[in-house]
Amino acid sequence: MKNKEAVIIGAGPAGLKAAKQLLEAGAHVTIIDRNKKLGGQLVKQTHKFFGSEKQYASFRGIDILEILVQGLKPFEDRLEILNETSVVGLYKDKVVACVKHDNFFKIKAKSIIMATGASEKHLPFENNDLPGIYAAGAVQTLMNEYGVKPGDKVLMVGSGNIGLIVSYQLLQAGVDVVALVEAAPQISGYLVHASKIKRLGVDILMQTSIKRAIGKDQVEQVEIWELDEVWQGIPGTERVLGVDTVCISVGLAPLTELLMQIGADVEYIRELGGNVPRIDFRYETSIKGVYACGDVVGIEEASSAMVEGAMAGIHAAHDLGYTVEDESRKLKVLQEELKFLRSGPHAAKVRAGYTKLEVKT
Amino acid sequence: MRIKNHPILSFDTEETIEFSYNGKKLRGVEGDTIASALHASGIKKLSESIHLKRPRGFYCAIGNCASCNMVVDGVPNVRTCITPLKPGMVVNNQVGKGKVYEE
Ligand SMILES: Cc1cc2nc3c(=O)[nH]c(=O)nc-3n(C[C@H](O)[C@H](O)[C@H](O)COP(=O)(O)OP(=O)(O)OC[C@H]3O[C@@H](n4cnc5c(N)ncnc54)[C@H](O)[C@@H]3O)c2cc1C
Ligand code: FES
Repeated sequence: MKNKEAVIIGAGPAGLKAAKQLLEAGAHVTIIDRNKKLGGQLVKQTHKFFGSEKQYASFRGIDILEILVQGLKPFEDRLEILNETSVVGLYKDKVVACVKHDNFFKIKAKSIIMATGASEKHLPFENNDLPGIYAAGAVQTLMNEYGVKPGDKVLMVGSGNIGLIVSYQLLQAGVDVVALVEAAPQISGYLVHASKIKRLGVDILMQTSIKRAIGKDQVEQVEIWELDEVWQGIPGTERVLGVDTVCISVGLAPLTELLMQIGADVEYIRELGGNVPRIDFRYETSIKGVYACGDVVGIEEASSAMVEGAMAGIHAAHDLGYTVEDESRKLKVLQEELKFLRSGPHAAKVRAGYTKLEVKT
Repeated sequence: MRIKNHPILSFDTEETIEFSYNGKKLRGVEGDTIASALHASGIKKLSESIHLKRPRGFYCAIGNCASCNMVVDGVPNVRTCITPLKPGMVVNNQVGKGKVYEE
C-alpha cells in the first residue's frame, strides 16, 4: 500500500480548486477521478456561465476547466493524477480502495477531500427502463464530449436549468426537441434559458408529465398527460408523441455513499438534494481529516463548488501543518463570495437547506 | 448519428478504431467510449436486466449506475460508458450477472 498526503476524490470544479490551494501551500496531492478527462461536469458544459465574475461568469464551462487545469501546471512535481480510476471503498483509517481498469490497489492518505459531485435522479413511470431514456446530463455528455446524437426526436422532462440548457444544446446539435414537460405550474430554471428554447420552437408544457414510454427494444413513442395541483395525472388528457429519446432532468442527488461507508455523519436534507454529510464551517466531516465540498455537500452550482473547494483545500493544508499565505484574509474573501452566490432568489432552497444543516457559512 | 456541424464544438468523425460487437465488426473514433461508439452505430441496447431480461441502455453516462454493463474482452460488468474504446476490443451483450472470468 502506498502512502499519500492529500487525496482528492473527484476532479470537478470543487476538487480542482481544493488541489490548487493544497499545492500552493506545499502539500503533495493525489487527484483521483474515474473519468479520463479532468473537470467533472465542466467537461460537457459548452454554455456560458452565470454567477459572479470571480467565478468566471460568462465563460463557458469547458474554458473554465482549461483555466483550472492550467492553474495546477506549476506544481506538477507534487501532483499525481489517477484518472480512469474509480474509488470503490473508503475506510476509517483513510485507506482508499481504487480500481483502474483491471487493477485493484489501495492507498493510505493523511487527509481526504471528497468532491464526488452528484448523480442524476430518475422518475417512476411505465417502461422507464427502456433504452432511449437517458438522464439529461448523460445526453449532454454523449453530445458534447463524444459528438454523438442521442436520437432524432426528444422529449425533455423537467424545466430546471439542466433541462433547459440541454434542450438548447440538443437543438445546437441538430436534434429536434419535440416538447419539454414540467410538473410544476412554473419554470424552475432561469427564464432567459426558457425563452431561448421557446423562441426556437420548443413546446413547453406546464403541469404535464410523462405517463409511459412505448416501445419494444427501445423508445418509439411516449404518452404524456396533464397533472392536477397535487401532481396526479388527469385521465382523458393523454397524448402520444413520436419520439425516440426521453431526457430525464428532475434533479440530482449527492454522491455520499463513500462517506457513509466510513461512517461519517450523514443527514437527509431535501433542499440539498438528499443525503449530505454533516460538515462544520471548515468543510470537515465528522471524521477528522476528511473534508467534503461541492455538489456532494448539497446540489448547487459550479461557481459555489469552486469556492467551497478552495476553502476545503485551505483548511486541509492548514491541518496538515502547512502555512497558507494570508490564510484568514483568503478565507474571508471566499466566505463573502459564497454569500454573494447564495444571495439571489434562486438560491432560497439552498439557503434553507444549509440552515437545516446548521452550517455557519 | 455523429454530430457533423456544431456552432461551438468540432469533432473527429473519422472512424478508424475497429472493434467487434456481438461478432460484428464496427468502427469508432479516437476518443470514443465503448458506449458512445455503439450509440453512434445505432446500437442502444447494451444488456438485459438480470431477472426479467428487459433491454437496458446507458442511463447516466458517467459511471454511476451500471446500466451500461457489458462483457468486454471476456470481462463482465464493464461500465462501457466510461471505458475508452481500443482497437481490437471484443464487446458482447451481457446476459445475467456475468460469469467470473479467469485470467
Ligand atoms: C447541464 C448542466 C448545466 C449547469 N450549468 C451551470 C452554470 O451555468 N453555472 C454553474 O455555476 N453551474 C452549473 N452547473 C452545475 C455544476 O456543473 C455543478 O454544480 C458542479 O460541476 C459541481 O462540481 P463538483 O466538483 O462538486 O462535482 P462534479 O463536477 O460532478 O465532479 C465530480 C467528479 O467526481 C468523480 N467521481 C465521483 N465519484 C467517484 C468515485 N467513486 N471514484 C472516482 N471518481 C469519482 C466524477 O467522475 C466527477 O468527475 C450545471 C450542471 C449541469 C449538469
Ligand atoms: S450508464 Fe451509468 S454507469 Fe454507465
